[in-house]
Amino acid sequence: MNSIKNRAALIAEAAKKMNKEVYNDSQVKKIITPRHELQRQSSKVVSLEEAIKKSGLKDGMTISFHHHFRGGDKVINMVVDKLAQMGFKNLHLASSSLIDVHEPLIEHIRNGVITQISTSGLRGKLANEISHGLMKEPVVFRSHGSRGYAIKSGELHIDVAFLGASSSDPLGNAAGFSTSENAKSICGSLGYALPDAKYADHTIILTDDLVDYPNQHNAISEADVEFVVVVDSVGDSSKISSGAIRDTKNPRDILLAKQAAKVVMNSGYFQNGFSLQTGSGGASLAVTKYLRQGMIDKGIKASFALGGITSHMVKLHQEGLIDRLIDVQSFDKVAAESLMNDSKHKSVSANEYAAMLEPGSATHYLDVVILSALEVDVNFNVNVLVGSDGIIRGAIGGHPDTAADSALSVIVCPLLRGRIPCVVDEVTTLITPGSNVDVVVTEYGIAVNPNRPEIKERLVAAGLNIVDIKDLAAKAHSIIGNPAPLPFGDKVVGIVLNRDGSVQDVIKNIVE
Amino acid sequence: MFVPGNNPAMMQDAFIYGPDSIMLDLEDSVTMTEKDAARLLVHNALKTIDYGKTEMVVRVNPLNTPYGKKDVEAVVKAGVHVIRMPKTETADEIRELEAEIEKWETELGCLGRTQIMAAIESTLGVINAYEIATASKRMMGIALGAEDYCANLKAQRTPEGMELLQARQTIVVAARAAGIDALDTVYSNLNDMETFRKEVELIKTLGFDGKSIINPRQIEIVNEVFAPTEKAIEKAKTIIAAIKEAEKRGSGVIAVNGKMVDRPVVIRAQRTIDLAIASGILTQEELS
Repeated sequence: MNSIKNRAALIAEAAKKMNKEVYNDSQVKKIITPRHELQRQSSKVVSLEEAIKKSGLKDGMTISFHHHFRGGDKVINMVVDKLAQMGFKNLHLASSSLIDVHEPLIEHIRNGVITQISTSGLRGKLANEISHGLMKEPVVFRSHGSRGYAIKSGELHIDVAFLGASSSDPLGNAAGFSTSENAKSICGSLGYALPDAKYADHTIILTDDLVDYPNQHNAISEADVEFVVVVDSVGDSSKISSGAIRDTKNPRDILLAKQAAKVVMNSGYFQNGFSLQTGSGGASLAVTKYLRQGMIDKGIKASFALGGITSHMVKLHQEGLIDRLIDVQSFDKVAAESLMNDSKHKSVSANEYAAMLEPGSATHYLDVVILSALEVDVNFNVNVLVGSDGIIRGAIGGHPDTAADSALSVIVCPLLRGRIPCVVDEVTTLITPGSNVDVVVTEYGIAVNPNRPEIKERLVAAGLNIVDIKDLAAKAHSIIGNPAPLPFGDKVVGIVLNRDGSVQDVIKNIVE
Repeated sequence: MFVPGNNPAMMQDAFIYGPDSIMLDLEDSVTMTEKDAARLLVHNALKTIDYGKTEMVVRVNPLNTPYGKKDVEAVVKAGVHVIRMPKTETADEIRELEAEIEKWETELGCLGRTQIMAAIESTLGVINAYEIATASKRMMGIALGAEDYCANLKAQRTPEGMELLQARQTIVVAARAAGIDALDTVYSNLNDMETFRKEVELIKTLGFDGKSIINPRQIEIVNEVFAPTEKAIEKAKTIIAAIKEAEKRGSGVIAVNGKMVDRPVVIRAQRTIDLAIASGILTQEELS
C-alpha cells in the first residue's frame, strides 16, 4: 500500500534531511469571515502612533518622506509633530525635497528632534534659518537620481519611510491618485517615494482614502508596506503647482522660452522620435508651448517626454505630438489626472528616471533637456540651489542628472533678475558642472559651450544671436557693477554631492 | 513701447524685446510726488544704458506745468533722440518746445540733434494736425492719444474704433502731407490679443506707420501685421536692385520685367524693404 501513512517514515526522513518540520494538519484553521470584512480588519491598518511604535523606530535613526504634494504636503509636518510628541530625538530626516510649507521643522530642529537632514532642496524660512547656521550638522544635498541610487546601494539607509498616498487598500497597495468616490487628494506619480518604499527597513503608508482591496494601478506594492495609517488629509492637491512651478505671462520668460525653442529646433536633435524634458521655472516650462508650434509646422513628433510632467506636455501628448509620457513627478493636477487615466502616461521611480549607474534610467535616452538656473558662470557651471545672496532657495532636483545624460542640455536664465546678475564669473555653489552644460539662453544672447562647436555652427546658421559667455558676464557687470562679496561665515551648513556620490561643493553659513 | 520713467527694472532692458522705439514716460505714468525722481532716473538711464539701435523717446510733461521745462533740459542733456510732446493742440506749443530744446542744444553745442513727436489728444489738436505736423523742422511724427481725445469728443471707446476714425484719418493725412510718421494710440487690454490684432490691421489699412504699445507681448503681433509678404519683399528687392543698376548706368528710366517703374512704385518698394527690416524678416546684410 502506498498511502500517506505508509510514507510517514520517508516524509520524516526527508524533513530531517532538509532540516524542516513535518506538516501538521491539525494546526491549520480556516478563516471564514466574509472577505470584504476581513480586509477591513487588516492588521496593517493602525494609528500613526502604533505604526511608529511597531516599526521599532529609535532615536538616531533615519526617517524618509517624499515631496510629491509640494506646497500642499501635510505628511512631513504631521509625522514629525507626532514623533516630537512621542519624545523622539536625534533623528535623520531624509526627504526627496523640502519646501516653504515645512517651516515648522525649524522648531523640531531647535528641540533636537531632527538633527540631520538629507534632501534635494530647501526653500522658505527653513532654508533661510539653515543658511544662517541653525543646524549643527550640514544638510546633505543630492540630485533625485543620486538619492534613489544612494537608497538602493545602502549609502542612504532608511529605517522608516513615511509615505503619503492618495489611495491605499488595507494591505498597502498605494497610489498618488484615487479612483474611488471618496478621493480627497491627487498628486500623480509617486516616483521619488518608490526607492524608499522598496529599500526602507519599514514602510508606512499614510492615506486619506482607504479603498477596497485590490487598489488598482498601484505604484507601491503591499509587499513593501508594513503599515497603513488613515489620516484626514495627506495633502492639498491645489498646491502641487506652487513653489517652483509657474505658468508665465512675464515677457522676459516668454522671450527666453521662444529663444530656447529656436535653439532646440535648430540644434540638430529636433527630429522625428526625439525625446525631451523641461525643468521647473517659468521660462523652461513655457518652452513647450513654442516647441509645439515648431513640431506642428515641421511635422515632427517626439517619442517621449520625461521628468516633471506638466499640463503643457499632456496637451502635446493628447494632440499626438508626444507619444509617451514618463513621469517621475506630476507638476500639476492635469498631469496627475492624465497619469491616472492614460495608459501611455507611465510613472517611474527615481532610479528608473535618473540614476547614473542604472543602465535603464530614462535620462540616458533623453535627447534634449531645457533647464533653468539661478546662476551660470563663464565656465558654464550652474547653480540652482543657493541664491546670489548666499541663502539656500532652491533644489538640485534632476538638474545635474538630466544635464549629464541628455544629448543636449539647454539652460534658460535671464542675464539680470532686477539688480542681481545671473551670468557671473563664478557660481556661488557648484551644482551642475559646466562640462555637462551645452547652451545658455539669455535675453542678451545665446552662449554655446566651446565643447559643442557643431551646435554653435548650427545655431549661427539659423541666424540666432550667439555670444561669448564671458561677454554676457561682462554685460551684466557693466549694467549692475560689482556686487559686494557675500558675508559668508566659516561653518559648513550644506554639502553638495555629485551624482556619482563624491563630494562636489560645500555651502558656508551666511552672516548678516 | 511705453515704459514708465519711474520703473528702473523695466527701463534697464526694455530693448531686449526688440521694439523699434522706446518711450520713457515722465508724464501720466509718474505721480506728482515722483516727478523729479523719475526725471533723474530717465536722464541717467539715457546716459548709461546701451540701448543699441533702439530709437529713444521721452514723453515730457506739458511745458505749462512746473515739470515740463526741467524735463526737456534733463533729456536733451542726456542725448535723447526724440521728445514727445503730450496733449499738443497748437503749432505754437511745438515752437515753444523747439525754443526750449534749442536753448540747451546751443549750450551743449549740438544744435538740431533732438527731434520732436507730437501727441494729439484733443479735438482741437486733430483740427490743427497739419499745422502741428509742420510747426518745426524737428517734427518726425504725430501720434494719436485716444483716451483723452475720446473724453474730449464725448464719445465712448469701442472695440471697432469708429469713434476714432476721423482723428486717425486726419492724423495720417496730415503726417503724409508733412512728410513725417503717423503713429497710432495704445491698446491697453493685454488679455485680448485678438481685438488688439484687429486694431493693428485696421490702422495699417488706414496708412499708419506704427502702433504704440504698452507691453512687449504686443510687439510680435504688430510685427506680424506690418510685415510684408515674402512675395512683396522679393518684388521690392528686384525693384531696388534695378534702381541701383540704373543709377550706376546713369539712366533715368527703370524697367523691371519689361515694365516701366515710376516713382510711387519705387517709394512703395523702399517702404516694403523698410518694414521687412523693422519686422525682423530681412537683415541689412541680406539686402546688400
